Amino acid sequence: MNNLKKIEYSLKKRKRQESRFKIYGLLGIATAVSFLCIILSSIFMEGKKAFLSTYIKLEVYFDPDIIYTSNDQKEEDIKFANFQKIIKNSLNSFFPEISDKGELRKLSNFISSSEEENLMKLVLKNKQLVGQKITLWLLASSKIDVINKNPDMELIAEEDRLISDLELNWLNEIRSANNIKSNFNKNFFVKADSTEPEQAGIWGSLVGSFFTLFVTLILSFPIAVAAGVFLEELAPKNKFTDFIEVNINNLAAVPSIIFGLLGLAIFLNVMHLPRSAPIVGGMVLALMTLPTIIIATRASLKAVPPSIREAAIGLGATKFQTVTHHVLPLSLPGILTGTIIGMSQALGESAPLLMIGMVAFIVDVPGSFLDSSTVLPVQIYLWKSTAARGFVELTAAGVMVLLSFLILMNGIAVFIRQKFEKKW
Amino acid sequence: MGFWSFFFILVVLGLSVHWLATNKALKLNAKLEKGSKLPSLPSYYGTYSLLLIIFPTSSLFLLWLVGKPFILEYILLQNIPEQLSANFDGDPSMLIDSIKAVDLERVFPGTNPLIVESATYFKNLNNYSNSFAYFSILIVAFLSSYISLKKISTTFKARQAVEKSNINLLIFSSTIAIITTIGIVFSLIFEALRFFDEIPFFDFLFGLAWSPQTAIREGQVASQGAFGAIPIFSGTLLITLIAMSVAIPVGLLSAVYLSEYATPKIRQTFKPILEILAGVPTVVYGFFAAITVGPFFKDLANYSGFNIASESAIAAGGVMGIMIIPFISSLSDDVISAVPQSLRDGSYAMGATKSETVKKIILPSALPGIIGAILLAVSRAIGETMIVVMAAGIAANLTANPFESVTTVTVQIVTLLIGDQEFDSAKTLAAFALGITLFVATLFLNLLALRIVSKYRERYE
Repeated sequence: MNNLKKIEYSLKKRKRQESRFKIYGLLGIATAVSFLCIILSSIFMEGKKAFLSTYIKLEVYFDPDIIYTSNDQKEEDIKFANFQKIIKNSLNSFFPEISDKGELRKLSNFISSSEEENLMKLVLKNKQLVGQKITLWLLASSKIDVINKNPDMELIAEEDRLISDLELNWLNEIRSANNIKSNFNKNFFVKADSTEPEQAGIWGSLVGSFFTLFVTLILSFPIAVAAGVFLEELAPKNKFTDFIEVNINNLAAVPSIIFGLLGLAIFLNVMHLPRSAPIVGGMVLALMTLPTIIIATRASLKAVPPSIREAAIGLGATKFQTVTHHVLPLSLPGILTGTIIGMSQALGESAPLLMIGMVAFIVDVPGSFLDSSTVLPVQIYLWKSTAARGFVELTAAGVMVLLSFLILMNGIAVFIRQKFEKKW
Repeated sequence: MGFWSFFFILVVLGLSVHWLATNKALKLNAKLEKGSKLPSLPSYYGTYSLLLIIFPTSSLFLLWLVGKPFILEYILLQNIPEQLSANFDGDPSMLIDSIKAVDLERVFPGTNPLIVESATYFKNLNNYSNSFAYFSILIVAFLSSYISLKKISTTFKARQAVEKSNINLLIFSSTIAIITTIGIVFSLIFEALRFFDEIPFFDFLFGLAWSPQTAIREGQVASQGAFGAIPIFSGTLLITLIAMSVAIPVGLLSAVYLSEYATPKIRQTFKPILEILAGVPTVVYGFFAAITVGPFFKDLANYSGFNIASESAIAAGGVMGIMIIPFISSLSDDVISAVPQSLRDGSYAMGATKSETVKKIILPSALPGIIGAILLAVSRAIGETMIVVMAAGIAANLTANPFESVTTVTVQIVTLLIGDQEFDSAKTLAAFALGITLFVATLFLNLLALRIVSKYRERYE
């Protein structure tokens, strides 16, 4: 009787242990999944703000005295006119009680400096505006934008806040006159980097990424497929091919920054290729992507059943014809899937590109493979390293753009795999 | 002759020779009697003549690209006016650089007229030599197309020749992997050796202070930078340790649950979700670590009365651990699945529960594979760059406190090489010394891990 009880007791204990262990396992998965959710949601919460920017409604008076400095009213005058003063005057007419020069300067900082050029272009296009008074929505500067989007920031003590109490009062006055609105942030999608957050955009780095990945693709795809075909289909089993395989497996695990050092020492210092150029970045990333595509190529070649090869050889095809006419076309979906996955890795890679100078501050959208440019993940890194508060949202929004491209590419890869890949 | 007209002529030549050769073979075949026709299909003759144009021209062109600077500089050096080279005390290569730097469209006022003269000479030389090279390449192309057209006969086996050259091309493609490895090793060793000329090897490996400043002017105070890498290694180790203490429990438990407990449906949903973690770019993790996790630990410490920097080892290491989870989980999942079913059945037959089977049978027999997976993850962690660059510090502190700021090998490489680079200072060369240390360490870990895993696989196959 006593023994039975002992067994019963220990059974209970063991069952408890069993369910506890199961819970530990579940906890492991739950932790990993919740990490993913936290990362994605914190980025989304921050990044979604960057897609809107703040605009302030102003009565702009295009004062002829300010615009035409010479008597003959040339076009040149408009190009060099002091539009900052026009904006300042318009703000002053909204706050007529302000007369102190320092306060006026602070007030004129409410509007983004990019609006001076926009007004200039507007007047150039439409010269009869001079002397008229029109109502315009002007882009607010970044600090006003940040305060307007994050109302809880108004509660912070004055010395820690972006703007002073005085400026906050002005902002509230503008708000109560209903002269402020949030609208779609177009700059973010059409401009390159800038020192002012409200004028900075992702487009320049997207184009840079495109050029870089294009170079990567045209270099790595043919070479990797050729290497994969040789190693899987044609290579004899000997020391040399073993050595190649060891090298490929090892390259797949070399830290990416080492490839950057290689690019710096060989492509820049020995071959004297241009710094910061997509062509060099593409070459470095191509070397990194090679192992991924080679391994994918070999896997999908291996999946083609031997009967296909035997049939082709039986009909008199040579080994090379068998591969190029039959095996390779059949394994193409798998190869393309692997290539897209390799490309999406290359798109997210930034460490080696830091080494070859693709971290420069670049205001222009690159136009060719030799222009200085940066890429999407490096732009994110650059914005993160910038101190201005407005860049935090931009960085998160940049991450969102990067992630959506990765999701798109992986989605295409999954689609190709499910639609075209043959199950034998 | 400009590059594009040269390229255009070459393409037209190639296409027309392909067509000519195919046609010639077709006509020849039509004349020949059955049984004595050409040994290969007509299109192979076309492909053969195309290849015979592509190979020599492209290799000559590459040769020209590589050799041109050296040849031109040599000719320029021979033809520099006496007066100029006599008055110029210093390296002749600097003279050449200053000649090359002249922009003939906008000559800087006050430039030595002799230098401008040489620059004009150099520009003309460049144009003429390009034209000359393109022209000779075209002549070679015409010659080889003539030869290939002549070669078409019943005794010439075009298919074998084409296939042989194609296979050679494939072999060359697969040797790119070897060339890359050699390139990495040589570029690292070459620059690292220059570093060790200035800083003794053992001072680097066992020195306790790291402050890579070099003198801007001579006799400057604290001009002799310190290049002792121990604080960097210890920082790397600390961050890796933190990362592993997050990744190993979470990854291993998930792997055990997914392979032993989960129904197929749960497995199919959660395995891809875990793999998303591996697909997130590291710069995103870095941003997360710097913006969310770093300040979180800082606030936590402030709340409990400590004062820590927002760039702490624990923020970078913890986030790196999240990144590593899928490596450990999917590799250990494979390893656990490879344990033969008979071992499980035997354990159940003895009355063991599932958790007892996992703990006493499966994990011990999968241990070598799991260790291999962990080693691979460690090598991944020490080579990881963006997270630590964005969330760990730059200052080299020799400390074991996870709340302090430490630096890593990769952070130092990045900070030393971003910005202006003078390739004669120990400061920039130090990055290559660190790079080769990193390369050797990861190579060792990878080879060891692969060996362990393959030994383990053999045991159950």
